[in-house]
Amino acid sequence: MKIVCRCEDITEEDIINTIRKYNVQTLVELKQLLRLGMGPCQGRTCLPIAARILAKETGKSVEEIMAPMARPPVIPTPLWLVSEDDEK
Amino acid sequence: MMKNNADVVIIGAGINGCALAYELSKRGKDVIVLDRRHIAAGATGRCGAGIRQQWSTKENAILAKKSVEIFENLSNELNYDIGFRQGGYLIAIHDENDMQQAKKNVEMQKSIGLDVRIIDADEIKEIVPILEPKGMEAIGATFCPTDGHADPFKTAYGYAMAAIKQGARFYKFTEVKKIRVKDNEIKSVVTDRGEIKTGVVVNAAGAWSKQVAKMAGIELPNKPVRKEALVTEPIKRIFDAMVISFRHGIYFSQMEEGQILGGIPSPEEKTGYHTEPTFSFLQRMAYMLGKYAPVLKSINVMRQWTGYYDVTPDALPILGKTSIEGFIQCNGFSGHGFMISPMVARLLAQLINDEKLDLPIERLSINRFKGKVFKEKSVVG
Ligand SMILES: Cc1cc2nc3c(=O)[nH]c(=O)nc-3n(C[C@H](O)[C@H](O)[C@H](O)COP(=O)(O)OP(=O)(O)OC[C@H]3O[C@@H](n4cnc5c(N)ncnc54)[C@H](O)[C@@H]3O)c2cc1C
Ligand code: FES
Repeated sequence: MKIVCRCEDITEEDIINTIRKYNVQTLVELKQLLRLGMGPCQGRTCLPIAARILAKETGKSVEEIMAPMARPPVIPTPLWLVSEDDEK
Repeated sequence: MMKNNADVVIIGAGINGCALAYELSKRGKDVIVLDRRHIAAGATGRCGAGIRQQWSTKENAILAKKSVEIFENLSNELNYDIGFRQGGYLIAIHDENDMQQAKKNVEMQKSIGLDVRIIDADEIKEIVPILEPKGMEAIGATFCPTDGHADPFKTAYGYAMAAIKQGARFYKFTEVKKIRVKDNEIKSVVTDRGEIKTGVVVNAAGAWSKQVAKMAGIELPNKPVRKEALVTEPIKRIFDAMVISFRHGIYFSQMEEGQILGGIPSPEEKTGYHTEPTFSFLQRMAYMLGKYAPVLKSINVMRQWTGYYDVTPDALPILGKTSIEGFIQCNGFSGHGFMISPMVARLLAQLINDEKLDLPIERLSINRFKGKVFKEKSVVG
């Protein structure tokens, strides 16, 4: 059993089963169905691996699969650091 | 291969399209759901998925209350864990004016059988210990313990999978391009993958419903408005309630896994399809969260994203028939299309199946915009 997403504890088998069960075509669907890439590292390690698995299962290219990911990566940032001034 | 005919074609596989597909297929209807992307690709996959019954208009309050009754047993009914949880909604009361409106709302809400009450600042801290009533500028709150939250992805997929078991078909990555109408009747739906003959089309296309309606020659007053949300890193579980304020527009709650999820509107937001997350949202949200719950200042934001509200002039949905025979509206849900979807789906299924409706929905038809508009006051985000 190969772990793909360490943060959310998701295995290669979980990913393949989900792709087949839901006829998954994009990484966004995998994220929604498995919480893949939602952990503290925000998918830096697991999403590229998952994309390769998905490419193999669907016969698409990795570029096609990555395309619909519009959400910009945010680096974890403390709230106080981005808060508006208290003066107003 | 795509099937080329159906009793009903639903455009949009958000929570409303999925729930309606379930209710219709349960009644033996042959249903096709089309989405240009995939399940929960629109607002459904970006929403807070809060479920609130405390509304100022009776329509919304009853729709939400009836939906909660369905949510309570939905994991069972669909045989799919939708992550439903009832931690209550705590709605801040800021001054005497708010208090008057709250009293009116609570009275109406109680009249329909809702368990809701007005609480003072001390009780606010009992329900959500990290809240700071002074920072919130709150003199009290209303609280309804049966309000709550469900997982939006799981709820949409749960409905879709159950619908598929009952014979419904979902075609994703299939975009509707045209709706053919003849003699004022729906004839077919044309997609980028072929044409489907049908007598009934449901417009559940969320923030794109206006364009879909136009394909059949119907004008909708709906407007897309960008809404932003964020989620923090997980912390120890502290509270179950959703905290909201109509004055500040803020809403936030703690998820099952411990993250804080919430949003706040942008005062300068214009209508239109703007997708980019903004830094000013992050600043405003961080500031207000710090006011409401100072201990949260030190925790990390993990992600920020945007989605659209599909907004109508009175903030009530557009449901039911139009002047074109067989063209059904299921849109205009503003910021609360998730929480009322179970009941909306049931009512529209009854309408399409020529049954007696559990609740009247004429007041929510497109025709209402010809007359006077009563606006729902209790909106946030
Ligand atoms: C940030 C945010 C927070 C929210 N918080 C809450 C909350 O706490 N509680 C709550 O109840 N609601 C909330 N909402 C509102 C809620 O998300 C929506 O009202 C609800 O999800 C609408 O669902 P829907 O099925 O009607 O539409 P959507 O989920 O938007 O689905 C519409 C679908 O139609 C498809 N589509 C569009 N055009 C076409 C076409 N031409 N052909 C084929 N497919 C098409 C799209 O791809 C999309 O998948 C929130 C919304 C946002 C943005
Ligand atoms: S490894 Fe998947 S989110 Fe961190």
